[in-house]
Amino acid sequence: MAKREYAFYPGCSSQLRGSAANYLVSVESMCEKLDIKMTQIPDWNCCGASISYAGSSELARHVLSARNFALSDKHLPGQDVVATCAACWLGGRETIEKLDASSQLLADTNEALKEAGLQYKHGTEIRHMVEVLVEDLGYEELGKPVVKPLDGVKVAGYVGCQTNRPFGIAGESFENPMYLDKLIETVGGEPMSKYEEKVSCCGGSLAFCEPEKAEKQIKNIVESAYDNGADIICTPCPLCQANVEVYQSEINRKQGTKLNMPVVYYSQLLSVAYGGTLKEAGLDGHIIQPKKLQDIAVKVVPGKR
Amino acid sequence: MGDMDQQMLDKYRNNFLHEVEEKVDDGDWVKMCMQCGVCAGSCTFGPDWEHTPQKIFMMIRAGKREEVLTSSSMWMCTSCYNCMVRCPRELPITHIMHGLASYAHRLGLAPKNQPTRDFSLIFWENCTKTGRVNELRMTISVYFREGFISGVKKMWTLRNIGRGLFFAKRLNPMELFVSHGCKDKDGLRRALKKADEIEARRRGYAVQPRGYSS
Repeated sequence: MAKREYAFYPGCSSQLRGSAANYLVSVESMCEKLDIKMTQIPDWNCCGASISYAGSSELARHVLSARNFALSDKHLPGQDVVATCAACWLGGRETIEKLDASSQLLADTNEALKEAGLQYKHGTEIRHMVEVLVEDLGYEELGKPVVKPLDGVKVAGYVGCQTNRPFGIAGESFENPMYLDKLIETVGGEPMSKYEEKVSCCGGSLAFCEPEKAEKQIKNIVESAYDNGADIICTPCPLCQANVEVYQSEINRKQGTKLNMPVVYYSQLLSVAYGGTLKEAGLDGHIIQPKKLQDIAVKVVPGKR
Repeated sequence: MGDMDQQMLDKYRNNFLHEVEEKVDDGDWVKMCMQCGVCAGSCTFGPDWEHTPQKIFMMIRAGKREEVLTSSSMWMCTSCYNCMVRCPRELPITHIMHGLASYAHRLGLAPKNQPTRDFSLIFWENCTKTGRVNELRMTISVYFREGFISGVKKMWTLRNIGRGLFFAKRLNPMELFVSHGCKDKDGLRRALKKADEIEARRRGYAVQPRGYSS
């Protein structure tokens, strides 16, 4: 039996052939090595993200998150919900906070959920995958399964916004959270301690509708990584990953730059360090190839294989 | 929409702050702003705002209803929450900006063709159709929102990104025809329809027509 069990809320972008499909793959292989059992919440739905405010009401957005909690409670009682996506996690926490504070909002949400035969009950917790790693397991535990330390890999830990604000990881500061750097160190990589753009915004979903403004942000995030001598950017957020990796070619096209900085998830670093293959670590899912990590992933460890 | 705008004008007369407090999500916080300007200096797209949050709050108190509700400023919010965590008075600024944008849209005063407004509407329509986002259809809707020709041009410009994502197995052309989705999408849509009815009842609005409300 697995040591720890959680109700898993992967979110839309992590689905098969979604924009963060390789995030899910790497999380699964990472969790297997850490003896964490993640069971998907049956029939989970989109959280509404932070962008749907014009098309929806606040109540409707709470109904979305509350439906996931109600389903989790029904099918996986007693397990904390774990989200891998920053926006899913944030949306869920906002719903819990608001419904806990207002009995009217709670009653309204349940009146709506009744239409789907569900009920939200107080007491559900939603946590980010990173919280499970650093709080439930701790860095020491996370270091134990390392078979391929990421020696010589210089990593710019790009925390971004929504895993950091407004809730963040307990005990971390909003301006300079350290958990990502510590995770990088735990698996033998070298974190860029002076990385200036650690908590900057990549433009989020506005990369779709205001691309020029978002590209300005992305350019800073990538250039700062270069300035610090990083080989790779690492992030806990699927939208940060997609934006920062995908739009580099657009910036190059428009501005004549030569940006080519790979962007990966923390789960990919852990998965590779734990001996995961290219595929298991989702390293076959990039437009800009994370060469150094791929080399480590295909390297045979003496005595292990 | 215009009728509702007039209705609210008649109801609140010159007291726009009172209107915001009653009608805008988290609007009751606006009076707490002490005009320090930290939000203005912390904003990601700050240089692109006509009015920073600080200015918006003062304009609300000064009764500049039309200027606030027709402003494109609130639509520049990337939901980075930087203003919110830095605000010494702990105003939920991000939520107030979303609330103001949403209210302006509801009254029909939001700027026409505002790209973020359009994207927001596309996103909600998309994710509530089956209960999960169809990324391909969402992207196409955003690129084609200004017409067919400009859509084709945008898709052509970004063709290499599309190809890269396809080979990285992060984009599925079949999503044009088949969506991921909830099994009980009907139940979900019924719940959302009910939520809109409750919201309308609480706030004294007419129910807005949405994809799932028919």
